[in-house]
Amino acid sequence: MSKHFGAVRAVSDVTFTVEPGRVTGFLGPNGAGKTTSLRMLLGLVRPTSGSATFGGTAYRDLARPLSTVGTALEASSFNPGRTARRHLAVYAAAAGIARSRIDEVLTLTGIAEAADRRVGGYSLGMRQRLGLAFALLGDPEVLVLDEPINGLDPEGIRWIRELLQHLAGEGRTVLVSSHLLSEVQQTVDRVVILSRGRIVHEGSLDDLEGAQRVLVNAQDRAALRAALLAAGLAVVDTDAGLAVPGTPADIGALAYRAGVALSLLQPERAGLEEVFLELVGSGEGAAA
Amino acid sequence: MIAALRSEVVKLATTRLWWVLALILIGYVGFTAALLAGLFGALGDQLSAQPNAPQLPPETIAPVVYSTVTAVGYVFPLILGTLAVTSEVRYQTLTPTFLAQPRRGRVLGAKLIVLGVTGALFGVIGLVASLGLGAPILAATGTDARLADSETWALAGRVVLAMALWAIIGVGVGSLIQNQVAAIVSVLAFTQFVEPVLRFGTSIWDWTAAVGRFLPGAASDALVGASIFTSFSGVGGTVRPLEWWQGGLVLLAVAAVVSVIGYVTAWRRDIT
Repeated sequence: MSKHFGAVRAVSDVTFTVEPGRVTGFLGPNGAGKTTSLRMLLGLVRPTSGSATFGGTAYRDLARPLSTVGTALEASSFNPGRTARRHLAVYAAAAGIARSRIDEVLTLTGIAEAADRRVGGYSLGMRQRLGLAFALLGDPEVLVLDEPINGLDPEGIRWIRELLQHLAGEGRTVLVSSHLLSEVQQTVDRVVILSRGRIVHEGSLDDLEGAQRVLVNAQDRAALRAALLAAGLAVVDTDAGLAVPGTPADIGALAYRAGVALSLLQPERAGLEEVFLELVGSGEGAAA
Repeated sequence: MIAALRSEVVKLATTRLWWVLALILIGYVGFTAALLAGLFGALGDQLSAQPNAPQLPPETIAPVVYSTVTAVGYVFPLILGTLAVTSEVRYQTLTPTFLAQPRRGRVLGAKLIVLGVTGALFGVIGLVASLGLGAPILAATGTDARLADSETWALAGRVVLAMALWAIIGVGVGSLIQNQVAAIVSVLAFTQFVEPVLRFGTSIWDWTAAVGRFLPGAASDALVGASIFTSFSGVGGTVRPLEWWQGGLVLLAVAAVVSVIGYVTAWRRDIT
């Protein structure tokens, strides 16, 4: 899918598949195009090109949308004058869902005691739980959650992690977006990483951890840098030397061919968060 | 479609807006009807004794009192209909609404129907106020309250129809001007200032009056068949107001035009 707002290319050629039975993380910094992508998925935003389907059916054509796909997009889609129970009653009526289900999801999300209070007085954490209650209303096979961990306290974060894994364990498809890898690191089985509207990584977390870097240095550091850049590698300056992606064997051979004598050649396993930041790093520069 | 209708009913019933507006409508219409009934009842004799004073035929007094529901109260269903749409935009509840019912035309259709019925209910509520206060006061001042007259009840029916159409127009306006403040300012500016000025201005010449009678407020008065605003004007003019059914068609056309434009432009826009 692609989406352009005038000259701004918010999302460019984003293509991915989310599998059932697993929690998929949809990651990227703020402004990377995550929310726009999710809204295109749900028929709320019309893609400039491309399409998205749930098991082959576009969201707009689903016979029972809320019972097929459960969605929590942002923590503010409430009329503050309605109580939580009445808020859910509006959409249960629209989707033909039995009213008894409202009590079930209120209990499940832990806001049953506050269900008859106006939503206007809710904390961000309680709004997140109400958003999740809306997502679960139709007992859907697919869950699409945009930043569901935002605003939750540590106990709430643990609760939602367990809930998401439980739901995936039941064979459901769970897609969770976040701008922080650490937030979802322990929850997700697979990640799709978005930066500046493009997918920069798709796969398991292990793939991501497997990304290797080599720390390399030479007396003539300028010549080494030139050789590495000439080979099309992304070079990061550190105190100890130059960090480049690749294996020691590759980088050593490259330096040998360029006639640069190395003073250091050391493999380095980058941390998950570092790899993530590197992948999306260019996006942050643009945002600033 | 039944589900979409039920959802819209729950939406209206679960916020305070509708009954707050209904209460203000009762107070406003009741006050105006009582005032007019008292005024005409007391002054009617004196006016008819003076040959130079503007004459108000006695049989038009009761309809003028009862039609205050639309003459001064039509703005209430109009605002209710507008807010039914703009509050969803303001609180971003169009997102869950369109997630639950992705066929957006159905949502708009359900809103038009449910608000139309609610507008009719506002008509009934307004009539309770205008008849309930106006009729006893007319009777007390010796003016015929015409409660046994079938024309009075036909007028009541047309009042209900007009109020329903105004609520439907409100939904159309809201779907067209989705910013709540802009929509409410537009509605108030048009109904309280622009249209009254236009109606007065166009009444000066015959050729402008022929156009001015198609203004929505004038069409509403024509549909109802009586209004405090039309009973005194048009004296000596040769342009007849619209027939009641023509007035109704004009309102229906306004409702259709704003709703269709709203649907085609703003309603199908991206929800971000």
